[in-house]
Amino acid sequence: MSDYIKDAIISGVWETFVMTFFASLFSYLVGMPLGVILYSTSRGRLLENRGVNFVIGAIVNITRSLPFLILLVLLIPFTRFVVGQSIGTTAAIVPLTIGAIPIVARMVESSLNEVNPGIIEAATSMGASPIYTILHFIIPEATPSLLQGGAINVATVLGYSAMAGVIGGGGLGAIALQYGYYRYQKDVLWTTVTLLIIMVMLIQELGIRLSKKTRKT
Amino acid sequence: MDNVFELQNVYKTYKNDGKEFTALKDVSLTVKEGEIFGIIGMSGAGKSTLVRTLNRLEEVSSGTVSFYGKDLASLKARELREVRHSISMIFQGFNLVNQRTVIQNVEQSLRIIGTPRAVRREKAKQMLEIVGLSEKANEYPARLSGGQKQRVAIARALAVDPKVLLCDEATSALDPKITGEILDLLKKINEERKLTIVIITHEMSVVEKICDRVAIIDDGNLAEIGEVKDVFSNPQSKAAKKLVFPSNPFDPSDVNGQIVRLVFDGTQSNVPFISNLVEQTGLKVNILSANTKSVGGIGYGQMIIELPKPAKDRQTAIDFFKAGGLSVSEVTVNE
Repeated sequence: MSDYIKDAIISGVWETFVMTFFASLFSYLVGMPLGVILYSTSRGRLLENRGVNFVIGAIVNITRSLPFLILLVLLIPFTRFVVGQSIGTTAAIVPLTIGAIPIVARMVESSLNEVNPGIIEAATSMGASPIYTILHFIIPEATPSLLQGGAINVATVLGYSAMAGVIGGGGLGAIALQYGYYRYQKDVLWTTVTLLIIMVMLIQELGIRLSKKTRKT
Repeated sequence: MDNVFELQNVYKTYKNDGKEFTALKDVSLTVKEGEIFGIIGMSGAGKSTLVRTLNRLEEVSSGTVSFYGKDLASLKARELREVRHSISMIFQGFNLVNQRTVIQNVEQSLRIIGTPRAVRREKAKQMLEIVGLSEKANEYPARLSGGQKQRVAIARALAVDPKVLLCDEATSALDPKITGEILDLLKKINEERKLTIVIITHEMSVVEKICDRVAIIDDGNLAEIGEVKDVFSNPQSKAAKKLVFPSNPFDPSDVNGQIVRLVFDGTQSNVPFISNLVEQTGLKVNILSANTKSVGGIGYGQMIIELPKPAKDRQTAIDFFKAGGLSVSEVTVNE
């Protein structure tokens, strides 16, 4: 493997890391509140509201059913509008974030669903408002499960970031595609794939450890 | 004495998949200040629904539930939350936040009413001392036994100095010894703080041990209500009899034989009336079952006996018991 490819791989690792980090961060900033809304407006919950639940649920389902590659292409104009360009690492963060939001929302919703309804009843009987109950009873109780879901989501974003290479996003995915696939450099292909696998494993391990550390049951 | 709760003609109907189910039918009762009020019934009788109408965790379908004269249904969300600060509740499943320490759990109720942090911690420590769990303050609930968890829940419920404590099957998940300890604690709190307590249970022993008055709920209806000692010594309704008297597996030795139930309270429990009967009348009776229990410190007993066969002798025996102040009731075999 020549030196310039080695350099490319090293900067690829960094780009992948940057894309994954920011896309995960932004997708949680939007997806977490959406998940809370999906949970609390569903039937029998604190802020039951069928209309809101249906609309948000439908949007989430539609975005989630689009294959990520299609979403990447469809979002090119939007990406150009937001960051001024449609290729490169920064540009890839936009579709990655949009693609991850519905996954995060559903994951958060399912973590919150695991919380024992008795705890919510206890909070209500103490005179807690629905918002208070969500913030101080439900979310703390769901934290270990939220962290576990978080690890799965970040690993998914990392996997998607490799796909962004197809439309000119940076990172390991782009290197694997350009050097490994188009130029038949099998060693580059396998190196990048191995690095991606290691990164996913690290994220998963970190998530499980954090979740275990916070779980008090 | 003031009425803490007053229920008037309360109905509760659930609609599920087009099917209607009436959980409460025309229930009217009052809970008085300072008493321990028991609500007992078989599972599915509607008692859990009933207790949840007292803090409006359940809305009533018709009728009114008032708390110190205020109709709960008329309250807006914010007013209802205010009122709930005076009505604490503990549960069968304890319902503690597992991700928070014991003392943080106790502080939660105070935090909801807006108590400042420092005061909150102090008060929570006091409450843990009252329930005897000071040394567990920084443990997580998962490390506690069921009885200890319920003590934490009691501390959390009482930290806000409520006027009433509702207990929804609070001891049903605990073994008899721990149940006894929790009930002693509740009794102590009732006496020391003049706290009104409403206890939902399916266990007669709980009512016997600490309740002043009891309501018996049967299939959504209020079957009977009264002082515990009256209901115990002389249950009127079928549901009450079923709860007070154990099922009756006895057959008379003869198809024409007659079985009666004698019920006596503390004043007669030191009189050897069976011996007296034999000595004074020469009649012999067959004892099929007998037991005594303590209700609010007074011994109550009941005995099931088979009377002699001749009708005249039967009447003599019954008259003899009645003259001694016992209550005598005929038992049909499949009661």
